[in-house]
Amino acid sequence: MPNTLLTPNRPVGIVGYGSYVPRYRIAAREIARVWAGSKGGLPVKEKAVPGLDEDVITMSIEAARNAMLRAQIEPAQLRAVWVGSESHPYAVKPTSTVVAEAIGAVPHIQAGDWEFACKAGTEAMVAAMGFVGSGMADYALAIGMDTAQGKPGDALEYTAAAGGAAFIIGPAENALATLNASYSYVTDTPDFWRREYQKYPEHGVRFTGEPAYFQHITSSSKTLMAELGTTAKDYQWAVFHQPNTKFPQRAAQMLGFTPEQIAPGLLVPVIGNTYSGASIIGLTAILDIAKPGDRILLASFGSGAGSDAFDITVTDKITLRAGLARKTQEYIARRTEIDYATYARYRDKITMK
Amino acid sequence: MEIPRHWRLKQQRYGLVGEVCPHCDYKIFPPRDVCPNCGDEAKTLYTFSGKGEVFSFTTIYEAPTGFDHAAPYTVAIVKLDEGPMVTAQLTDLGDQPIEIGMPVEMVTRKMRNDGDERGVIVYGYKFRPAVVAA
Repeated sequence: MPNTLLTPNRPVGIVGYGSYVPRYRIAAREIARVWAGSKGGLPVKEKAVPGLDEDVITMSIEAARNAMLRAQIEPAQLRAVWVGSESHPYAVKPTSTVVAEAIGAVPHIQAGDWEFACKAGTEAMVAAMGFVGSGMADYALAIGMDTAQGKPGDALEYTAAAGGAAFIIGPAENALATLNASYSYVTDTPDFWRREYQKYPEHGVRFTGEPAYFQHITSSSKTLMAELGTTAKDYQWAVFHQPNTKFPQRAAQMLGFTPEQIAPGLLVPVIGNTYSGASIIGLTAILDIAKPGDRILLASFGSGAGSDAFDITVTDKITLRAGLARKTQEYIARRTEIDYATYARYRDKITMK
Repeated sequence: MEIPRHWRLKQQRYGLVGEVCPHCDYKIFPPRDVCPNCGDEAKTLYTFSGKGEVFSFTTIYEAPTGFDHAAPYTVAIVKLDEGPMVTAQLTDLGDQPIEIGMPVEMVTRKMRNDGDERGVIVYGYKFRPAVVAA
């Protein structure tokens, strides 16, 4: 097999990162009360719900501002603003132009919206690695953000949440964590989809597990580690796409990671599945507590299906930069619980006309 | 359709970009190109920190067209740390009571649709209670 690792021509890394989680939470038991007579197991404790005036644009702006605070660069130094999501507010009109304008990065930029179910954000990160790594640009902003949709009463409604993260990719010498290599594993596997004009996605029920999530996320992680000559023991931390609590726990176990290694990045029990944001917001929570020298494995998963795996090493610049913006756990601690009726209003599930 | 107006105001609306007077350093919002303090020309752009405090507030129950889906909501006069007063909606209040003097911070949020749900989405500044460190 040829070398399938993606490694940039010049070393690159994460220069700044930022996250965002909206204030409102609905408990999974509240959803079970309405739709399941309070019976059955719950995939998470609660999930984050956006307010009436929030969408992927507003949430991306806040995460991008946090990333800019940590990066300590001028907005005009950015050469790209890329937003990955499956809930872009417009069908036609980029999310990224509004985000770029709001942070003052216009007009000398590439801008674009990325889509690949839940891995659109890491897809933008890989592109940013190439953009900076080739020397075409010094800094690129890649965001993964979602206000995920779940059909009322469906299994997905318990987890489909809102949140995400932004990363400024730049030269390794100015990075708080270097992106050493990436590897992507992609096949045509229809485990989850949403057709045009449909409000809610469909999924293949149990088919979403073995042939989709586990096959792709373990293949990307195993190949990356095999080609780098690493094992789970070489990493301080690992974070996987987290559609529910069990999947990332089991994926970690299959790959030889301990519960302690995934603990700080496992946010799904308290914020739900933030889709394009799910694995990378976990990475922000890890970076918030990481020490120089810590090595991190990140693996996203996007239905349809694919997984991007990254090998990351934290540098000594983390010490000064982590505290320059709001930490992910501070957003999680900012929490107001709402009932199903308020949730139905906030998520536009009540038809008014 | 008010697209030209929304487009013209986007910088000040998205990022709280005002002006600073090059003669007396007075901070100006909204931008008006003439310093209200010294009367000289002031066209230097200045991005406000977004930090301020509630000077006064009221809650709207009967909202004007375009804002009705968000009612009831609270509007405040916010005194920015740099000096100017701005009128804006408060957001992310949860069950938190509002008090005069409460520290707030700027966020960019959806204001309304231009027209109905087929129109462009208008984004702009609102203020929320300052998030305290955990």
